[in-house]
Amino acid sequence: MTVTDSDRIVVAEGVRKRFGGLEVLQGIDLTVRAGEVCCVIGPSGSGKSTFLRCLNHLEKIDGGRLSVNGQLVGYRQVGNRLHELPEREIVAQRREIGMVFQRFNLFPHLTALENVLEGPLHVKGEPRGSAVAEAHRLLERVGLADKADTYPGQLSGGQQQRVAIARALAMRPTVMLFDEPTSALDPELVGEVLDVMKGLAREGMTMIVVTHEIGFAREVATRLVFMDGGAVVEEGDPAAVLDDPQHERTRAFLSKVL
Amino acid sequence: MPTPAAPPTPRAAAPPRPEELTAVPVRHYGRWLGAVAVSLAAAALLWSLLTNPNLDIRLVLSYLTRDFVLKGLGITIVLTVVAMVIGVLGGVLLAVMRMSPNPVLRTVAWFYLWFFRGTPLLVQIIFWGFLGALYPRLFLEIPFTGVVLFDEPTSRVVTPFVAAVLGLALNEVAYAAEIIRGGMLSVDRGQTEAAQALGMRRIRILRRIVLPQAMRVIVPPMGNDTINMLKMTALVSVIGGSDLLTAVQNVYAQNFQVIPLLAVAVFWYLVLTSLLSLGQHHLEKRFGRGFGETAASRDGALSRLISTKERL
Repeated sequence: MTVTDSDRIVVAEGVRKRFGGLEVLQGIDLTVRAGEVCCVIGPSGSGKSTFLRCLNHLEKIDGGRLSVNGQLVGYRQVGNRLHELPEREIVAQRREIGMVFQRFNLFPHLTALENVLEGPLHVKGEPRGSAVAEAHRLLERVGLADKADTYPGQLSGGQQQRVAIARALAMRPTVMLFDEPTSALDPELVGEVLDVMKGLAREGMTMIVVTHEIGFAREVATRLVFMDGGAVVEEGDPAAVLDDPQHERTRAFLSKVL
Repeated sequence: MPTPAAPPTPRAAAPPRPEELTAVPVRHYGRWLGAVAVSLAAAALLWSLLTNPNLDIRLVLSYLTRDFVLKGLGITIVLTVVAMVIGVLGGVLLAVMRMSPNPVLRTVAWFYLWFFRGTPLLVQIIFWGFLGALYPRLFLEIPFTGVVLFDEPTSRVVTPFVAAVLGLALNEVAYAAEIIRGGMLSVDRGQTEAAQALGMRRIRILRRIVLPQAMRVIVPPMGNDTINMLKMTALVSVIGGSDLLTAVQNVYAQNFQVIPLLAVAVFWYLVLTSLLSLGQHHLEKRFGRGFGETAASRDGALSRLISTKERL
């Protein structure tokens, strides 16, 4: 298999991010290719969520290079300076990147269907008829065809998260980011969300998943990344990392969660 | 030694079975007494008013729908509506400016608030009424060309009505802005992030995501402000604003029927504020969609008060 540039969806090189005096990302290097499911694990405060949020410029990076779909995220390089892009160009980049949040963040004043329609109708400006048909299809795909006219407040956490996945998919992104998508769910609801994500992975969606679900990572991930202290400590085949970790910190973390 | 049980008497009725038991709420005898006392006091007050020759109910009724009263009432309504529309639109703008990442906009908004909240409304209204004393002429010309687009004496442009609108609206902008800003701050930050992740621009996030949710928090204090505004229109009587209060003042200055004419004004102010409260109730219901129970969807205070069901 030849690796071309267009295969590489995410390329991070020495990405740094500071919050005040605290350097939460200390030079992240990571490449994610089309069709890969990359699971990121690590203790809380290791910077994994921050890194994910940098990928669609919800957080600005302070140094290094970070590109998604072959474009620098949020910046234009002139010489050895990165100039932040105007809003118009940043939103265009974000439309290619789907994101699912830990706390769902559905729009509570809109029904499930309207949540899914928001992007296609009001951001992309797609014609209403086809957008509605597509939204219904997406809700069916996440198993919520009968909840189209329900407000988020009347849905369970698992159902809300599945609507949120449908909402992100409606933009037809090239990559999906999942920020601890099951951490806010009751244990019995975790499975239904993971099942939808497994389906996506089978269909070849490129996914980066920050998660604590080690079982999911072992089963679905094509690559496992272990982060600690704002750096990638170890990465590789999930079974290899989980069963034979090379670093002491990986071993210490896994011994606590497995 | 256990206490000896009472010897079973053959005459005693069998204890009731659990399903036969009924719960009886606490009897509030004090409330009934209070209601009677308050009713008596209210009746006495009403009687003293109705029989008071200085009030003269028949005179009040005859004034109620007279032309000058209705005209003043109309102006009061127009002043309220215009001032609130300008106030809310300007308030949204000012609130957005205060929360903007742009320091110039933030500073301008801060100074606006500082000035208009920092001086009494009455002073502002009088000030606008006497604007002509500060700037006798208002004109607009294209700089360096001498082309005059507009040139009028101030008193022709800023009539008492315009001065009243300016005074009420510019003040309301400041207060509405703070209410709207509070509403926007109440919307979870995750909402903005989710909308950003969809690729929405700031202005659209504000219009489609943040403001509709903020409305739930904005409507109750804004309804309060509207009712307040209706009453504050009476302040423009100091610059001859020809509102309801000015209209009755003009007449009682001539016929000295001060109390009956004030009663007329009180009647209409109460009618209008009651209608506004009703409108607020419906707005709260409208913007509570998707949020489950809101204050407006529960029983109102009145129906709670007269409800015969006991609430524990």
